[in-house]
Amino acid sequence: MHRIVILGGGTGGTLAANRLRRAFGHDEAIITVVDEDDRHVYQPGLLFVPFGLTHGEDIVRPRGRQLHRGIAYVVDPVDRVDLGTRRVHLASGQELDYDALIIATGATLAPEETDGLTGSGWKESVFTFYDLEGAEALAKKLAWFDGGRVVVNVVEMPIKCPVAPLEFCFLADWFFEQQGVRDRVELTYVTPLDGAFTKPVASRRLGGMLEERGIELVTEFNTGEVDGDKGRLVSYDEREVPFDLAVVVPVHNGAPYVTRSEGLGDALGFIPTDVHTLQSEASPHVFVIGDAAALPTSKAGSVTHFEGEVVVTNVRAFLEGRELDASYDGHANCFIETGFSKAMLIDFNYDVEPLPGHFPSGVGLPLMKESHLNHLGKLLFQWFYWHSLLPGRDIPGVHSAMPTRGKHRTAPTQEVSVS
Amino acid sequence: MTTDTIAGSTVELNEEGFLVDPAQWNEDMAVELARREGIDPLTDRHWQVLRFMRAEYEAKGTGPTVRVLGKTSGVPIKELYQLFPKGPAKLAAKIAGIPKPRGCI
Repeated sequence: MHRIVILGGGTGGTLAANRLRRAFGHDEAIITVVDEDDRHVYQPGLLFVPFGLTHGEDIVRPRGRQLHRGIAYVVDPVDRVDLGTRRVHLASGQELDYDALIIATGATLAPEETDGLTGSGWKESVFTFYDLEGAEALAKKLAWFDGGRVVVNVVEMPIKCPVAPLEFCFLADWFFEQQGVRDRVELTYVTPLDGAFTKPVASRRLGGMLEERGIELVTEFNTGEVDGDKGRLVSYDEREVPFDLAVVVPVHNGAPYVTRSEGLGDALGFIPTDVHTLQSEASPHVFVIGDAAALPTSKAGSVTHFEGEVVVTNVRAFLEGRELDASYDGHANCFIETGFSKAMLIDFNYDVEPLPGHFPSGVGLPLMKESHLNHLGKLLFQWFYWHSLLPGRDIPGVHSAMPTRGKHRTAPTQEVSVS
Repeated sequence: MTTDTIAGSTVELNEEGFLVDPAQWNEDMAVELARREGIDPLTDRHWQVLRFMRAEYEAKGTGPTVRVLGKTSGVPIKELYQLFPKGPAKLAAKIAGIPKPRGCI
């Protein structure tokens, strides 16, 4: 009997557990999922909460209920993983031995790592929408906001869903317009990158979209301090950006237990992982899915979804002593909400940057172009998330490997770097 | 790509001035590369960061980001910006002769 333990009951943990339950007979494997709470947040929904377009109760469901029958669910924080004895120690003292371990504990926000960010002004003039509590607090603030300097700041990469702060800018432009105060609001996007986004073609397109909307772009700004009292961001090289309202995406680390587990993670608590097989570098018994992995692709739900198939295939191959499948290509796919009921779609992988054209083939959703169809796609996606993606079913026409049909290829361009 | 002579050695640089082959790097070259970036002289603290960058690159195949440098090199982030103004990870990588740290996506 194989013992499979999955740490994390979010997107990756849930879809991996459900796919594994189907892949193994009940007499072949015991599958246990561990998480510290029973609240599964549909994270793409967080973007809409500050603008009153959705609410907490609409995007949270119990984690345990998303798992199929025959999967044990344990609510208990992880204390540490002992790679040598292949044992997970939980905070309550309970121990779980594994033959295969899947790490799906995602990323953790660390606002306290930036000077002043959680100091005076936190949740009064300084907010984040990257967790539900923050997004709900910001909703209350925005409902009554009648003008001033609004700054959207990414402190440092990597972050979850790197397009979300841009989407926030586009939606804020729309929202203030609806509220009738857009002419009294100065919107500024402040990023550590040298452009609006990480990939060159998309970066130029998104940069142009900020400009069209009168949103100022400040680049290569490495936030050293958020000064809520004086209302200013201060960079390490002593530049300043003033604000009346700051929406900050804090730095991200891996889950706290990772740094308590010897040999498991890197300096930030993410797990060094083989880019194609998704096996951890620390131990052949450990596989990684989703934001927890230190991989050169986006920390995004679509990535997690596309990784699912390879992780499940490889856990099985490993337990049966067969060669691993090395086919994960870094595929990511994001709907970018652009305001006024439109959205844009981008699709890329480790090697191919986002390109214009159509997805998933010559006919389909327009890529890198704003359209109502993409906005509907983004809204419909929540249904697919709970009913198709988490149960581990495939979405019709959407596969793990990145499609190239329907895309307009251009000469390869250079990757953008952080300073 | 351009060919250049740095501290007596002929090397290839990419369009952003990074060494194409990190194996060609030596300490004299670092002194010259730093001078071109307006850093003169290289102090012990500079060297602590540069040696750390080299070791990280050799172990992991890519240079660390600023936050990782701040956590692991023994030099706090504020000081990194004083030593290597503007973009410490990028500038220190250039002087240490390793590729530009890959962007996070």
